[in-house]
Amino acid sequence: MKYVDEFRDATLAQNLARAIAAEVKPDCEYHFMEFCGGHTHAISRYGVTDLLPPNVHLIHGPGCPVCVLPVGRLDMAIKLALAHEVTLCTYADTLRVPASGGMSLMKARARGADIRMVYSAADALSLAQQQPEKQVVFFAIGFETTTPPTAVVIRQAAALGLPNFSVLCCHVLTPPAMRRILEAPPDALALDGLIGPAHVSTIIGSRPYEFIAEAYRKPVVIAGFEPLDVMQAILMLVRQCREGRAEVENEFTRAVTREGNRKAQHLMDEVFELRDEFEWRGLGTIPHSALKIRARYEQFDAERRFTLAFQPVADHRSCDCGAILRGVKHPRECVLFANVCTPESPMGACMVSSEGACAAHYTYGRFRDMEKPA
Amino acid sequence: MNASTKSRRYVRPLDIAHGQVDLSHGSGGRAMAQLIGELFLPEFDNPFLREGNDGARLPAVPGRMVMASDAHVVSPLFFPGGDIGCLAVHGTVNDLAVMGAQPHWLSASFILEEGLPLAQLQQIARSMGRAAREAGVAIVTGDTKVVERGKGDGVFIATTGVGFLPEGVEITGDRARPGDRILVSGPLGDHGMAIMAQRESLGFASEIQSDTAALHGLVATLLQSGVDIRVLRDPTRGGLATTLNEIAGQSGVGMMLQESAIPVRPAVAGACEFLGLDPLYVANEGKLVAIVAPEDADRALAVLRAHPLGCEAAIIGLVQADPHQFVQMTTRLGGRRIVDWLSGEQLPRIC
Ligand code: SF4
Repeated sequence: MKYVDEFRDATLAQNLARAIAAEVKPDCEYHFMEFCGGHTHAISRYGVTDLLPPNVHLIHGPGCPVCVLPVGRLDMAIKLALAHEVTLCTYADTLRVPASGGMSLMKARARGADIRMVYSAADALSLAQQQPEKQVVFFAIGFETTTPPTAVVIRQAAALGLPNFSVLCCHVLTPPAMRRILEAPPDALALDGLIGPAHVSTIIGSRPYEFIAEAYRKPVVIAGFEPLDVMQAILMLVRQCREGRAEVENEFTRAVTREGNRKAQHLMDEVFELRDEFEWRGLGTIPHSALKIRARYEQFDAERRFTLAFQPVADHRSCDCGAILRGVKHPRECVLFANVCTPESPMGACMVSSEGACAAHYTYGRFRDMEKPA
Repeated sequence: MNASTKSRRYVRPLDIAHGQVDLSHGSGGRAMAQLIGELFLPEFDNPFLREGNDGARLPAVPGRMVMASDAHVVSPLFFPGGDIGCLAVHGTVNDLAVMGAQPHWLSASFILEEGLPLAQLQQIARSMGRAAREAGVAIVTGDTKVVERGKGDGVFIATTGVGFLPEGVEITGDRARPGDRILVSGPLGDHGMAIMAQRESLGFASEIQSDTAALHGLVATLLQSGVDIRVLRDPTRGGLATTLNEIAGQSGVGMMLQESAIPVRPAVAGACEFLGLDPLYVANEGKLVAIVAPEDADRALAVLRAHPLGCEAAIIGLVQADPHQFVQMTTRLGGRRIVDWLSGEQLPRIC
């Protein structure tokens, strides 16, 4: 894996660190949000902040699929598995997320629900083929990266005429969530630029972020998930700030174009349409921010097949996940962090997923809180 | 134990080539006696076992004894570099070895799943017997139970070992002190990734071999060299990260590792990357972690490297005072991070 090591090279990192240090104005504070949990993870895993000048601050964004899933959606999945006795297929990350009434998918499983961990939508489809006597539901979550594979399995299920397969569609869209973040009043969230998504952008391209530069006058740099990608993006953001520019730039040219992956976009469009609105954890209800299955594929829509309705549920009173997802608080500022809430007994989703801000800070960075108290 | 096979009545020999384990093999009756007599005994043969009693009568030994136990579940049962049989021997032998003990006797309990081909069981028993002979230990007693089809993963093996502790050897997890150096005997993550590569059919990683091996020889040379050894461990399930956190907790210290100094084979690193795993959390079955006094670190490294099982050994970090007992690491990039306990169950079952 030489390819990967190239993007983690210490000498390159030191050179980038020097370039960033030379570029920042000492009397300025820079606040950049990395939207994606993948970036949050890479930054924490490689200790990137140690290589940045003290006046460059990174804010963790909401781009963690499990973290933004509202409790009510998990409740729907649990209900499917327990009350409707379906085989529920899910990505591993969702299993331990707390749902209402002290439940989680993991606990539902212990109570006898048939819940399977899958690595892909295709695994769920083949399970449905293997056990025709049982209803199989794929719990589809994620941003635009995981959406095309879900579209593919729905089309395949239609082609095969599979009567026992359906999808609980919870796919959400990145640009509306970014807009919600940018609408925050500047005294709540000081933001000088955004590190744009890696994998999401390979699908949707860089064009959907142009409103950020145009309407909100904030620079955006799309970056890959390797730590050196992130550092390069920070350098490009600092440069834009210094030169007073607000543009969408692309650091991740090895995978992202302005137009994105047209084929995947068409596929998504064929199977899904916009929901009028969708409740996000932390970000509230956002219009046109999520996808539902189109009427022509409605027999594969678990919400219709099992007549499920979404019931909003309030988060735990002391949980600051919402503020953390909006970028207005740091994990260490949550009173539950590292005492009541740990990866072993998570109170909120941000502590569960490896892409969650609380989990990343707990697992890789909490020693910093001891060194310089917040 | 082998009385029934010697009986004058004709008993059809076990059809090892085509037969399968069935419920009668765990019933305590003739079928079980036959399985033990024809399949296990020839592979494990030793005077204690041959006595055929319910327990083994062992000679008294001077000094202190060490006892350790380890249960083995692994899927697939056979993997590049080994199988569950030799793994079950090495696992317990290594638990004794890292205490500084000389391993002597093992017990072995088998939980067999109905339907397991006898040929596979023989292969496993053969591999266990070979591993035991190579490690100089005798499998002196054991047990066999059969569970219904679907209630086991082919075979589970639990082994318990007894070893002797030489005079003056004190190696325990609470002896690490600030300044001590941390060594590993070779590249990390081989065993776990060998298994995972099989399970996930990762073609590009098929060259990875499990490192399963008995470590008491390596430990013995280290002991003989007179190096001031504080702690020894074998970083099995949970990998290096878990082992170091355990030691940090027991000794009440912190640690600082250098990521660039930690040996990991490129194929293992690549497969980990692909599956989103961290090699520091992946299981090893033939690696030693040694914490030694600072002034002896270079000598310990030379001793390890001179042994075939330690030729790729490295000094990977040092012990430091830390009330929070954090295991920290300077990343290859030059940043810092915690190397935390493994949380959750991100890794499928591998050992
Ligand atoms: S520490 Fe736990 S409770 Fe607090 S914000 Fe993070 S996930 Fe939520």
